[in-house]
Amino acid sequence: MTHLDGNVLAGALADIFSVDLTPASARCTGCGAVAQLAEAMVYTNAPGIVARCATCDHVLATVVDAGDRLWLSLTGLSGIELRRA
Amino acid sequence: MSFVTRGFSGRARERDPRLPPGQTLVQDWPVLSAGPTPRIDTAEWEFVIRDETGADHRWSWDELLALGVEDITADIHCVTHWSKLEMPWRGVSVDKLFENVESQYDYVMAHSYGGYTTNVPLEDLLDGRAWIAIEADGEPLDPEHGGPARLLVPHLYFWKSAKWVRGLVMMPDDDPGFWEQNGYHLRGDPWKEERYW
Repeated sequence: MTHLDGNVLAGALADIFSVDLTPASARCTGCGAVAQLAEAMVYTNAPGIVARCATCDHVLATVVDAGDRLWLSLTGLSGIELRRA
Repeated sequence: MSFVTRGFSGRARERDPRLPPGQTLVQDWPVLSAGPTPRIDTAEWEFVIRDETGADHRWSWDELLALGVEDITADIHCVTHWSKLEMPWRGVSVDKLFENVESQYDYVMAHSYGGYTTNVPLEDLLDGRAWIAIEADGEPLDPEHGGPARLLVPHLYFWKSAKWVRGLVMMPDDDPGFWEQNGYHLRGDPWKEERYW
């Protein structure tokens, strides 16, 4: 089966990132705990923002802001649950 | 009438040549941390170098100090744009740790208590350019500043000077550590302003 290029993601990603993600719940890939992103422990006195699992300290997400560029990593999260309004 | 105003003639406005591009001098020592501060007793502290055979070379706290603690004066440069100049440190040269470690690998992953990692080419750790630091400003390193021991690689941005360092794992390739996976430069030379990918 052939694949499509990344442009087909545009619609889906615009949907996701136009909403506030903090009430979304997700599973920590470290310990499996499911919690809202708003409950994460976030460290900001660092070269980037680091969100850690409130249960096990595992790194859930990082944001590195270089001004004109920004890196987002969500590798510590799986199954991010978003509720439609 | 003079066309040269005093504001343009003073030498005090010249930039300190010891400051890399984009850096600002600070007198205090900001604390940056990506997670909770580990509290490690030196009685339990251990340092390990793992080579490509999987063999571990281990040092207790006392064994580390027995290798010889040196005085170091170093300028440090944080990627968040502050620099601190002529800072007094004490630590054990990484050269001493590698005296009896044989490896064909060119890269190292530094691992810390608390899970932090950062990658460094081995050549950046040798020839008197890196230490396991145990004191700064005449005092034992506070846990907030990486105590009891942190890596000190002052010629690279300070995120490479891993706090709470616990070991080095030899690597065949320059795999990225924590910040290097998340946007920061693989090597981080402040004089080349290697901040991001």
